[in-house]
Amino acid sequence: MVHTFVALGCPIALDVNSGAVHVLDQMTYDVLHQVEGMEALPETCPEEVKTSLPYDGAEVDEVWSELKELQAAGLLFAKEDYINPDWAVLKNAPVKALCLNVAHDCNLRCKYCFASTGDFGTGRKIMPFETAKQAIDFVIERSGKRRNIEVDFFGGEPLMAWDTVVKTVEYARSVEKEHNKNFRFTITTNGMLLNQEKMDYINREMKNCVLSLDGRKEVNDDHRPTAGGKGSYNVIVPKYQQLVAERGEQEYYVRGTYTKKHPDFAADVMHMATDLGFRNVSVEPATGKPGDPLAITEAELDAVKAEYDKLAAELVDKPEINFFHFFVDLQQGPCVVKRVRGCGAGSEYVAITPEGDIYPCHQFVGNDKFKMGNVHDGSFDTKISDTFAGLNIYTKPACQNCWAKFYCSGGCAAGGYNINGDLKEPAFVACELERKRLECAIAIKAIRSGMAD
Amino acid sequence: MKHIKTLNDATLKKSACSGGCGECQTSCQSACKTSCTVANQQCENQK
Repeated sequence: MVHTFVALGCPIALDVNSGAVHVLDQMTYDVLHQVEGMEALPETCPEEVKTSLPYDGAEVDEVWSELKELQAAGLLFAKEDYINPDWAVLKNAPVKALCLNVAHDCNLRCKYCFASTGDFGTGRKIMPFETAKQAIDFVIERSGKRRNIEVDFFGGEPLMAWDTVVKTVEYARSVEKEHNKNFRFTITTNGMLLNQEKMDYINREMKNCVLSLDGRKEVNDDHRPTAGGKGSYNVIVPKYQQLVAERGEQEYYVRGTYTKKHPDFAADVMHMATDLGFRNVSVEPATGKPGDPLAITEAELDAVKAEYDKLAAELVDKPEINFFHFFVDLQQGPCVVKRVRGCGAGSEYVAITPEGDIYPCHQFVGNDKFKMGNVHDGSFDTKISDTFAGLNIYTKPACQNCWAKFYCSGGCAAGGYNINGDLKEPAFVACELERKRLECAIAIKAIRSGMAD
Repeated sequence: MKHIKTLNDATLKKSACSGGCGECQTSCQSACKTSCTVANQQCENQK
């Protein structure tokens, strides 16, 4: 399978199954674009292709010869037969990552919140340390031989459960060596309760921290008011700047959400990256069930895609700014085995509520149909785990012929379920945006390499 | 080649030989929490 596209004015071919990427001249693009749906290139260029193009026949033959050379080298029209579809199914998968919802409560009232302003529709609660301790014991027991264990402090707003966060880190650190585990903590916060003590602790203990901010003041404050209706921008921005300045080279992301009401996110990313000085930035579209007033839908797709183009043009000559979705490691990214396995929700990765209930991921929390068990009584429904382990690019019909399948692993199961009512049917809008971001990301790589203008 | 410059070779296929250890980061734990992008994850064995 071959995908040809033009991004940032640069004609490119991605050979899907091998992972090879080629920068083309316009004539080669025009030729390959016409035959990309073929299983393999025939010996000579089809006459109908030649006659449809405004090029000299001898020149097209020369292009064809180069394309055939790449095909012979396994860099074009490569077969998928080296991949064993069984790799995609995690049997008896170890649980190695937790989304620990330490607070089902929040001090902001973000208008697009999938968690019903923090409590997931289940009442405002803080996770007691005893429950978090059981969650750590659960993941140690369930992680088998996996050494690296990830725990993300999430909510709601996790800083509202600070005591639980600190005790959980201390407990996990006290037992990791005897179990041959390496805990990696992360935290996703709205920043309102950050102070010097918490910043010092986060910068010492958290491998990554995700700092929520939606960009320009007017956009952020419209999306993310406090419980009292005031804007949050002026409170959180100075705290984030201090935390990041004191964090050194460690990983962080300033992460925003764009909505139907404020879809012009390129300006928000540039505001955060250049005006505020945050070098690692990510934004995501608001999602929601059909009819959601802020979720990005098909009606906004063209405008949103144009925003990614605009952002790519802004960032192509600014390699010091890392926009999450434009960062694609073509050389040393994850192996193909990981890429065919899906996101891991419900198998490798689960979310745990303040009551200790286990769900496939944070986005299923509160939906009883997907409750997998509880860390207090040790219950864990492996049938639900097996269902999720079976979600991958080979079991989702829409992924079969998608050129981006090795870059998204089949997309977000919760997104598909929320929009289509089917775990195996990815959300079309999310897929379209994934494809758009990948095209931009690859084009940026090509231009920065000097292979394209 | 006169018309084509190869930016990246068959890295995906090559990764099949040594892949699958399972030690790398769960994709949703990175920065998104609502989408699924694996291509920007790091391989634990190539750091």
